[in-house]
Amino acid sequence: MDDKDLLLLQLLEENSRLTTRDMAVMAEMSPEETQARIAAMEAAGVIRSYSAVIDWERAGNGEVSAIIELKVNPERDYGYDRIAERIARFRQVRSLRLITGTYDLQLTVTGKNMQEVARFVSEYIAPMDRIRETATHIIMKIYKENGRTFCEKEGTERIPYSL
Amino acid sequence: MRDFISQRAREIPPSGIRKFFDLALTMDEVISLGVGEPDFPTPWNLCEASIYSIEQGGTSYTSNRGLQSLREALSRYLHDHYHLSYDPDDEMIITTGVSEGLDIAIRAVVDPGDEVLVAEPCYVSYSPCVSLAGGIPVPVRCMEKDHFCLNPDRLMEKVTPKSKALIINFPNNPTGAVMRTEDLRAIADIVCDHDLILISDEVYAELTYEGKHVSSATVGDLAARTVTLNGFSKAYAMTGWRIGYLCAPKEICDAALKIHQYVMLCAPVMGQVAALAGIRRGEEEKDRMVREYRVRRNLFVESLNRIGLSCHLPEGAFYAFPSVEKLGLSDNEFAERLLKEEHVAAVPGNVFGSGGEGHLRCAYAVSRKDLNEAVRRMEQFISRLS
Repeated sequence: MDDKDLLLLQLLEENSRLTTRDMAVMAEMSPEETQARIAAMEAAGVIRSYSAVIDWERAGNGEVSAIIELKVNPERDYGYDRIAERIARFRQVRSLRLITGTYDLQLTVTGKNMQEVARFVSEYIAPMDRIRETATHIIMKIYKENGRTFCEKEGTERIPYSL
Repeated sequence: MRDFISQRAREIPPSGIRKFFDLALTMDEVISLGVGEPDFPTPWNLCEASIYSIEQGGTSYTSNRGLQSLREALSRYLHDHYHLSYDPDDEMIITTGVSEGLDIAIRAVVDPGDEVLVAEPCYVSYSPCVSLAGGIPVPVRCMEKDHFCLNPDRLMEKVTPKSKALIINFPNNPTGAVMRTEDLRAIADIVCDHDLILISDEVYAELTYEGKHVSSATVGDLAARTVTLNGFSKAYAMTGWRIGYLCAPKEICDAALKIHQYVMLCAPVMGQVAALAGIRRGEEEKDRMVREYRVRRNLFVESLNRIGLSCHLPEGAFYAFPSVEKLGLSDNEFAERLLKEEHVAAVPGNVFGSGGEGHLRCAYAVSRKDLNEAVRRMEQFISRLS
């Protein structure tokens, strides 16, 4: 990984739909080299996938998301890894992290409505072995996601010319 | 009633783009490449510092020179980044933007009848400020074949016994040109040999893409006869805060301070607090913006050349300065029609003085999306010309 790789990653993180040609121009490289570097980073798992940041509320699908925190008894030899893998397999789980603080694991869960989220937690997550405690926080409004603000900015007054 | 307008005010030429400005305001969906300011808002941590300070009652005058803490931090910063050595107590003034710094620097050194050499194309206020001080601006043309650097031979042609000062601006608005140490050395010899003052506007110093900015005062014996002007507007996206600074040997600084204290008193304290936060904690945000300008520059200049607007790669600032000469229109006509027909605002090069004609100044401090759209419209426009 060098500065050029980092620049490509930053460009892709901001907009993964950039063409190889444009990225090559921006990063001052040939398209071939750009392509090769991206392919290498994909192969190495540095680039995991390409996706869009979607404001689902605006899309109007009516889904509900919640942040669930879990206290977990870690497992001898495996720590939190095996239970985390079990939890991660559920399609409803959008993200899963090991965190410091009062709780151990933090996951984001999405469902059609609040009941569905609650049922998922009570039926699948809470009863799992080694889970001692859960705390469910329903997400009420998203202000910022993946570095993108969702709230509308008022247009600022920018003059058309200055010298 | 008699005509109250002073002769000096009457003699200053009006801005060359007033009519474009008025025209653009009547139009919808204008993409403006005409503004010489970052499209980023000021980094939030700088704003927060200033807001907090206002909440704590920090709304009063500062010393004429500006906040001591800011001058000290700046002095260290200039030393660490540009090898400049300025005493925060005697050799620095925080000004209300570089605009004020330029004005008081000129007024501190120019007497009526003095000639002031102005490397053009350049920011539009240099010559009027010289005239307002009673001096005579003498343009020195920077040529495209010299990559818009100041050529020592051309400078020599304009030096006379009346020459008092030379004003330069690198990285340059509008050309994006950068002067390297060896370029500056030749200029330094002339400035020293002819006992001139150098006024060096380095407001785009941080926006240098190839290599590192060389500050004029570090070259040859220039330190003793250079006024270094810089500010926070461009690098920290702080145009509206109006914070610049003037650094000069004590004698010149004292003279400039006298003018500053009578006409400005001090720079706005809110801006000074934000600037201090910028120096202390703004580096990362600044670097992020500079990285983005560089990416945009690469994209934009490549696109301009592709659609037939030949353009050298600017090494600094955030302006591309393509030539429109081959397209059969003057820069004024090109800019006016581009605005009227495609709603893209760019500034005709001639307003920046000699050497600017036949070019267009396009600020690429706009989002990549808008840049791409501007290129699309420009291409459409050019295809109609041929």
